[in-house]
Order: sequence, then structure tokens, then C-alpha cells
Amino acid sequence: MSESEVRVINGNYAAAEAVRLVDVDVIAAYPITPQTPVVEYLSEFIANGELDAEFIHVESEHSAISAVIGASATGVRVFTATASQGLALMHEVLFIASGMRLPIVMAVANRALSAPINIWCDHSDAMAQRDACWIQLYCESNQEILDTIIQAYRIAEHEDVLLPVMVCFDGFTLSHTLEPVEIPPKEKVQEFVGEFEPTHCRLDPEEPMTLGPVGGPDCYMEFKKMQDEAMKEAERVIGEVNREFADEFGRSYGNGLVEEYNTEDADYIVIAMGSVCGTVKHVIDEERPDVGLIRVKSYRPFPGEQIAEIIQDREGVVTIDRAHSYGAMPPLWTDVKAHAPDVEISSTIAGLGGRDIRPEDVLKAIEVAEKGKGTDEPVWINVNA
Amino acid sequence: MGETEYTIGAVVREPGSTRRNKTGRWRVFRPVLDEEKCVGCAKCFMFCPDGCIRPTEDGFEIDYDYCKGCGICSKVCPTDAIEMVMEEEAE
Repeated sequence: MSESEVRVINGNYAAAEAVRLVDVDVIAAYPITPQTPVVEYLSEFIANGELDAEFIHVESEHSAISAVIGASATGVRVFTATASQGLALMHEVLFIASGMRLPIVMAVANRALSAPINIWCDHSDAMAQRDACWIQLYCESNQEILDTIIQAYRIAEHEDVLLPVMVCFDGFTLSHTLEPVEIPPKEKVQEFVGEFEPTHCRLDPEEPMTLGPVGGPDCYMEFKKMQDEAMKEAERVIGEVNREFADEFGRSYGNGLVEEYNTEDADYIVIAMGSVCGTVKHVIDEERPDVGLIRVKSYRPFPGEQIAEIIQDREGVVTIDRAHSYGAMPPLWTDVKAHAPDVEISSTIAGLGGRDIRPEDVLKAIEVAEKGKGTDEPVWINVNA
Repeated sequence: MGETEYTIGAVVREPGSTRRNKTGRWRVFRPVLDEEKCVGCAKCFMFCPDGCIRPTEDGFEIDYDYCKGCGICSKVCPTDAIEMVMEEEAE
């Protein structure tokens, strides 16, 4: 078996490379910044004969997700990628993918939503899809993008899960930034993901079936409850896949759901997602050994009980949200608070529309935790208003 | 409905599920035909959007398994032979 190879690549390339290694059968995607290079690289792979897949050119993201739903329902591995407005345009179709329990994997290069027009990073796009019953995994590095997309197929296709997975990574901060990434040999990845065996639906003239039927008031709730149970199963499966991946490839990301950094004896806890976690770790290492980080890798399913346990008996806890629920509290804070109602948790909003979250901004968030304020309303970090 | 099989993704594996799922249960108002008033003009038969009115040897019959109770048959009947009755009162 050939060796792993370390290459200096950007996050979009890491995503495309993972798709090549998994060897998907059908790709349908529409270009949108900052995700565009993912599908450009994949087109190149197909044109060069490095990936044997059908690439369906579509006229919109609504069609892209619809095409991969159709392809997935025939019983093949599929992939798509999008961001921002493109993800918003997919919105109504996302629920169909999860309702039909199709193991679709989609890369999302997180980007703000208009207006004003903004192509830079925040998490508003994926947060707006929070309730679409898609698993949402957030990455901190380009290596993690590659590794998580490989894992995502195992999670999505697990017979106890059968739900689509969004692999989210910060637009530009990861998508366009070069990092050394270890690329495992294709045979090893193939061995890890295994041959795709369609479970509940496939195109087979010998076994005709109806997909996407009407489910009236008499049965709709039962199907929705099944989806919720699958999400709960996903919590276990994500952990198992993370462990198995560690055994095979020597890398793991916390327990697959949350990653703890310096939390054991920390007085203060920062809770965040995505690339900003690297900055938080840097601040902990350089200036604040009394602070710990909980990086939420899996936002859906949300490992709320685990987080609630970690944040007990601290001097202060603060969330950093890169999105907001206007007129209410930001999404990450809300989810954490729902599982730890007795813990005082401060809330900050930072990095909307690509505003940098620098080490000094992380320190400002920690300061909010120290003051123990912000439980009633979020503190906007580094904003001139 | 007790007959529904809760399959993953609501996949229906056995063909002919519309025969098993009697969609007439959506109905609020039931069309009731007064055979005395019916002159056999077949307007109801032609206008029913769901194909639920069928000619018989001596008139017409309404398929309550699938009739949604839209009331078009009652509206187009020239002799007011079809009355819309609240479902629970029709029993």
C-alpha cells in the first residue's frame, strides 16, 4: 500500500481531495464564493481521469441538491458543495433530503448572507439550516476538512443514522488558506469507507418502490420522530467513527462531537466553533492558562449534555457565536443554555461578515466571562455601534 | 392510520398504495345524492375532478373512499340532487 503524502493545500482542495479519495459516483454543484474551487477541482479530477464520477451541471443550487437527491435515491454515493446564498436557495430541498433519509454529504464553505452583500465568513448560512435535520460538523483546519468528509460518508451511510451531513468550514479563513495536509492513500480510504451498499432505496426494476409519497396528519409525526431518533443515534456513531478513524489514520478530533482544550483545571471556559478555535487555543497557550476551550465540532446533533457537564463549577463561561438570531439570543448560546439552565453563561457575537477575530478579540470575550455579564443579552465584540 | 408501515424515509415498497390509502377521509362535507331528483344528465360525472362519480345501470354512485368533498358535483347539478352534508351528520 502506498504512503500518505503531505501537501500544502487550501481548504477547498482538501474537500475536493477527500471526495476523490472516497470515490463518489455523482456530483452536482453550482459555483458560489467561497466554495467555487471545490467543484472546479472536482471537474478537473474527472476531466483528468482521476475520479470516475458523473458531474451534473445545473443552473442553481436548488437544482444541485435536487439532482444529488435523485442520484442518491438510485443507490449511489453523491456529493455537492455550496455556501451562503446558495445554501439558502437549497433550503426547502434540504428537508426532503433528510426526510427521505438520504446519506448525502455536502461541503459548506461558511459565508455571510446578504444584505449588505458580503462574501466573507460567518456561520449565518449554516445556522439558518439548523432545523433541516442535517448533521452539521464544523472544522478547524484543512486537515480536519479532509478527514471529516471521509468520516461523513461513514456517518451518513450508517444504518442507524441514514441522514445527510453538512461539513462546514470557514470561508476564506480555511477555504482559501494554505496549510500542510496529510493525504492518505486512496486504497486506505476506500477500505475505511467501504463499498456503498444502498439501504432503503435504490433504482431496481426487479424491486420497484415509491419514494417521497404523501404522509398525512395520520403518519407524518411518526416519520419526523424517527428522524429525531436517527439524530440521537448519530451522536453515538460520530464518536465511533472518530475512534475508528484515529485507529486507522492516527488523527482524531476530541470525541468526534466536542474537543476539549485545557479544560481540566480551567477557571473560565470559552465555547466556540470553527477556525476561531485555533485562535482561542493560541490565546490559552500564550496568555491565559486559566482558560479552557470547548470546541463544538458537531452542532447537529448537539452534544448538550456533555457540554453541560464540562462547564459546571467554573468562574465563568462564554460562547462566541458567528451568527445571530435577531431579536433573541445567538444559536450556540441558546443550545448550550438549554442544556445548562443553572450555569451562568455569557454570550458574545463576533466575526460576522468576515470581521477578523484576533487574539485581542478573544481576550475581550474572556473578559465578558470574567464579568459574568451577557446572560441577558449578547455582547457584540469589536463593533463600532 | 393503522395500516401505515413506518419505513425509513417513508419508502413504499408495495405498489398500489393508493388503493390502500383511502384519501376520502380528508373530507369535511359529504355529497349525498337524491336519486329521486337525479335526471341522469351526468354533469357531476364529467365535472368531478377526482373521478369519484361513476355511472351505474340506473344512475350514478359516489366513491366515498376517495371523494374529498369539494362540492363541485353539488354546484353543477341542475336539479339540486346532490346535497353537501357535514361528514359527522351524514353518518
